[in-house]
Amino acid sequence: MKKLTGKKLNRRNFLQVSALGGGGLLIGMYVGPEKALAQGRGGGAPPPPPVKPSDYIMIAADGTVTIMAKNPEVGQGVKTMIPMLIAEELDIDWKQVKLQNTDFDDTKYFSQFAGGSLATPQNWIPMRQVGAGGRKLMLMAAAKNWNVAESELTTASGKVYHKASNKSAGYGELAATAATLTPPDPKTLTFKDPKDYKIIGVSTKAWDTPAIVTGKPIFCIDVTVPGMLYAAYQKCGVFGGKVMTSNIEEIKKMPGVRGAWVVDRPEVKGDVLPGDPGLEPGIAIVADTWWQAQSARKKLNVTWDEGRFGVPEHSSTVYAQRAVELSKQAPMNTLRKDGEGKDALSKAAKVVEAAYTYPFISHAPLEPQGATASFKDGKVEIWTDSQIPASGRRLAAQTLGLTEKEVTLHMTRGGGGFGRRLTNDYVAEAAYISKLAGAPVKLLWSREDDMAHDYYRPGGYQFLKAGLDSSGKVMAWHNHFVSYGAPNGERLNFVSAGAMGPTEFPQRFVPNYQLDASVMPLAIRTGSLRAPSSNVFAFVIHSFIDELAHAAGKDPVQFRLDLLGEPKMNAGYNAGRMRGVVEKVAEMSNWAKTKPSKGRALGVAFHFSHAGYFAEVADVSVSSDKKVKIHKVWVAGDIGSQIINPNAAENLAQGAVVDGISAMMGYEITVDKGRVVQQNFPQHPIARMTQMPPEIEVAWVKSDNPPTGLGEPSMPPVLPAVANAIFSASGIRVRSLPIKNAGFSFA
Amino acid sequence: MAFKLNVNGTSATVDVPADTPLLWVLRDVLNLKGTKYGCGVAFCGACTVHLGGRAVRSCSTPVSAAEKAPITTIEGLSADGSHPLQQAWIELDVPQCGYCQGGQIMSAAAMLAKTPKPTDKDIDSAMNGNVCRCGTYIRIRQAIHRAAAIAQNKGKSGATTGASAQ
Repeated sequence: MKKLTGKKLNRRNFLQVSALGGGGLLIGMYVGPEKALAQGRGGGAPPPPPVKPSDYIMIAADGTVTIMAKNPEVGQGVKTMIPMLIAEELDIDWKQVKLQNTDFDDTKYFSQFAGGSLATPQNWIPMRQVGAGGRKLMLMAAAKNWNVAESELTTASGKVYHKASNKSAGYGELAATAATLTPPDPKTLTFKDPKDYKIIGVSTKAWDTPAIVTGKPIFCIDVTVPGMLYAAYQKCGVFGGKVMTSNIEEIKKMPGVRGAWVVDRPEVKGDVLPGDPGLEPGIAIVADTWWQAQSARKKLNVTWDEGRFGVPEHSSTVYAQRAVELSKQAPMNTLRKDGEGKDALSKAAKVVEAAYTYPFISHAPLEPQGATASFKDGKVEIWTDSQIPASGRRLAAQTLGLTEKEVTLHMTRGGGGFGRRLTNDYVAEAAYISKLAGAPVKLLWSREDDMAHDYYRPGGYQFLKAGLDSSGKVMAWHNHFVSYGAPNGERLNFVSAGAMGPTEFPQRFVPNYQLDASVMPLAIRTGSLRAPSSNVFAFVIHSFIDELAHAAGKDPVQFRLDLLGEPKMNAGYNAGRMRGVVEKVAEMSNWAKTKPSKGRALGVAFHFSHAGYFAEVADVSVSSDKKVKIHKVWVAGDIGSQIINPNAAENLAQGAVVDGISAMMGYEITVDKGRVVQQNFPQHPIARMTQMPPEIEVAWVKSDNPPTGLGEPSMPPVLPAVANAIFSASGIRVRSLPIKNAGFSFA
Repeated sequence: MAFKLNVNGTSATVDVPADTPLLWVLRDVLNLKGTKYGCGVAFCGACTVHLGGRAVRSCSTPVSAAEKAPITTIEGLSADGSHPLQQAWIELDVPQCGYCQGGQIMSAAAMLAKTPKPTDKDIDSAMNGNVCRCGTYIRIRQAIHRAAAIAQNKGKSGATTGASAQ
């Protein structure tokens, strides 16, 4: 047994038990901020009780163990992963476990949130504490029932054993006694030695797969509630556009239509759009079926007041011109300057210069946005697949003028997320329309709604210069980063997910580093998309590093290892861990022995994000007519000491590679007079089976670090790896995404 | 207008406008939610069902064109989730979000019914109309091969293939 150790948490956790009908037991744990509990505690008094007993584990008298699945599941595997942590330390067999979805309830469960690849690092300690606490209670109950010392007892597969007397009892038999005990302080608990793990580190099948393959109604779009009507919501193509005139009276008479309303909303002020502006103006149509609502909506004839954004200045072509103009002017701000900054370039033996651009892209999860809401008697009940239900509840409450206590949120499985469901506009819309209709309403966006009203991954421009010394070492790095936002005094306000951090690589790894930034106004909403900023900064930075490697006449892998330098922690960036994955992926792909031939080559890149270290190699052919075939991608990742669910982890990393390649080839959102041009998948194509590498090999470099997430950090390196392979195979340096615009297509 | 459909072996009469896509009849009239809406323009394949044994995109098939042949949805692919594709999908843990997978399985089932031992090329051409936003293509391909093997083994032992219930 290992004494419970780990990162210092600013939390105070404590376990709770209560009796469950029929002799069962409910085990919960409060995980709360230390500060909140310290308030009014004074002088070592016990912490105040949580608002409600939480319930992570239910043990029935018959031995059935039900574990609560508390986090939003959008395909990242968290529904199965978190209960695995609990089951391991509870010391039961996975086949004994049943999972149950919970509602959103932040008085019971902590961090019901899907984003930032945070589920693993946030839950790793507290959820194992829940399980270990449950096991300890079983030991205490058996010790009491049998009147023996707890130290003489052991557990295995959901039973407690007393070897000396040959006694054993299942957890169900001990539940009633356990419910009467004072639970242990989590700080006193011990965790299993990882070598004894039976569940963590063992491939465990996703709980919902049998329901998925038989078409069970488990997604948000599948929710039905009695008396439910269906809604479509027409918004202006330009953000915030208001209805001036419409034929709404005709629409109300269409088949199946129960009501139609013009929704007026106050104008959103400010130079930078807020991250989640919520309910926009539009026309709500409610009908007996969604097809009727949608058919009626197609007959709408609306004149819109497009406001300040519906102007030619808000077009992609103008943004691009403006970016080039800004790059030639003094930057609006310098975000970071180390050493002599860009002045050092004058001392370089060789200066390399390149301009990179990348577009806005849409999340486009396959399940379009929607939610079901039932407003009744001043309260609203909502069914949603939000990745951040806490914000959804707040936004729904604000929109309806309710308190958050008057909003109940049920969580459903989501058909993909990728960050789109971190904003809750559709939750606010459903709630508002239910109130208008006086009935439960299922709101569903069409695919066209989804593409026109996303919170897009921000596009941007990076104007790079780097200096090499006479030995080919990078001695200076300068980036003029042009993004969207507005100056705010001495600082810059960036649009949501449109900033670059002052420590972006290779900061810390070159002696003279300067990051300048300028911004321009933007008409469309932006937000986090899988591996925010990294998802495209990796493309820019690691393509440019490749340019430097070639300029220096060095092998691209060796050049990167030289850049990383000593295998040490470098102000939060562990160069040793990164070297480890670079070396691993080079070995996996047989990098050293594979020489580029005309038309086919390997490309390499690495990127650190979301606490994960990843390096990837792509084997790519490029024909003379720019047909690209990606034969294989190798992925090496270091996300700590444990891969909790290996089969699921491999699946997620393979999917990240596909996602990155898809975006690189074909995703692009453009703006014309404030409106998004692309309407549906044909203009924003998800790559298909035949276009994807038939092999994606994933390997993990285990390191002595607490486990962290992988859904995001596994994605960014594939874009530069492919781009660098394209260069080695064809001599064409890709500096702009998507690459279809430069005439590339899948073979 | 009334339309007489045969869905998963059961007759159903539905009263909807003639231009209503089969997808919305299945989902919102017959309450069969396994068939999914993804794009509405037959580009993603999430809405794939069988019409007379052929894989069709139900989002772009008007109900008026669906009377002519029996319809099978993912709910009717097997009585108990035992179709070799369903078994293989579970065995290989194919899905991530799972939203496209019903459509993937229906496309694969139509192909396997005609081509019990598919090559990679057969799979490519049968599956290229189905996108997976999560990128599970490698596993989808493996699972189709695995399902073909399961079906073959069952055939050898004389058991049923668990094929379509239509």
